[in-house]
Amino acid sequence: MENQIIAAVLVSIVAFFTVFTITPYLIKFLEKRNLVVKDYNRKGGAMVARPGGISIIIGVIASELVLYAFFPSIHILAIVITSSLAFCVGIVDDRRVMGGWFKPIALAFCAIPILLLGAYDPELTFPIFGSVKIPVLYIGLVIFMIPITGNTINSIDVLNGIASGFTSIASFALSAALFVMQNYEIAIASLALGFVSLAFYKYHKFPSRIFPGDSGVLVFGATYGSIAIVGHVEVIAAVALIPAIMNSFLFLSSMKKIIEHRQIKNPTFLSDDYKLGATHDKDAPITIVRLIVAGKPLTEKEIGTVIFGLAAFSGVLAVITAFWMSV
Amino acid sequence: MIPWQVFAFVSAMWLLILLGGALIVTVLGPFSFGGFVGLDPILNSGIKVAIALSLVSVWILILSAIKNWIFKKQIKS
Repeated sequence: MENQIIAAVLVSIVAFFTVFTITPYLIKFLEKRNLVVKDYNRKGGAMVARPGGISIIIGVIASELVLYAFFPSIHILAIVITSSLAFCVGIVDDRRVMGGWFKPIALAFCAIPILLLGAYDPELTFPIFGSVKIPVLYIGLVIFMIPITGNTINSIDVLNGIASGFTSIASFALSAALFVMQNYEIAIASLALGFVSLAFYKYHKFPSRIFPGDSGVLVFGATYGSIAIVGHVEVIAAVALIPAIMNSFLFLSSMKKIIEHRQIKNPTFLSDDYKLGATHDKDAPITIVRLIVAGKPLTEKEIGTVIFGLAAFSGVLAVITAFWMSV
Repeated sequence: MIPWQVFAFVSAMWLLILLGGALIVTVLGPFSFGGFVGLDPILNSGIKVAIALSLVSVWILILSAIKNWIFKKQIKS
């Protein structure tokens, strides 16, 4: 147990301070090379550095390798490889505008190392009632899981700080759930993701100094998804992610197809006092932000607080689910 | 302030996940079609997969209905 506590503390420190230290240098580097995009929701339309995925993946790899030094298991290795591959997919999408189907298909390939390393247990465990063994179907689940978590986190990357803040809350909740289930190694792996995203949030929160880009959000999503698979907590991970899944569900049920986010009509409008309100455009998708501002326009910061409140609520539901799984 | 409808929808999704899990573990998992007509185990699993996927479709329809009911006002705005 002492070893696990030392590992948890060291991994958390490495995860947080790697990203916290590297990101300011990355911001300067990106700004120098004019790798910036306009933040349309901000007064004056400030130019913000992008992509921040580079510091995120360095943080993930560094912290997970420290964990690997303590507990050399294929599970940790599978997380590192899957996250790195997702970063490669994201960086391609950051540099070139790819079609709507590129990310789901490319992310499906990122899941292959988990299968090749055999870092999974083909049982799906549900709270209270137990588990079902699904050897063949589970392979399909692994292949689908990474694109789903990757694109789900990507879909909520709509306002300053939302993707990193949300990932941080969901990862800490998943970590707590894994501790409850006494799966300490993977709990620490999830803790690392929580601290990586928390450190990035420091620069990503309103007003953003850097955006994660596709490379950043796909690393968040793929790391989260691979932790869920190797940690054998797929259902709990889904529960902690409900607000983001809800956003994807609302979007798909209103748009009826998968399209690249750059082609989507804006579901919100910016008022003169820089508040976001719900659009009246019938062709615009229904999203979680559109629902939140349907009652009255809110500032970007206020919307962020609402979404983080929902993430915390789902996190509590995830931990309750973990307790029920231990029954 | 978070609109109560969003909380309600999150809770509904959570309950549907738990209910779906319960159905799969207690009903679909242990059930064997082979017992009636001597089906091949692979075919038996295939039928279970088809039923599980149908359940997913039913869940999506239920969620859509809940979405329309809970967010009636917001969706119209």
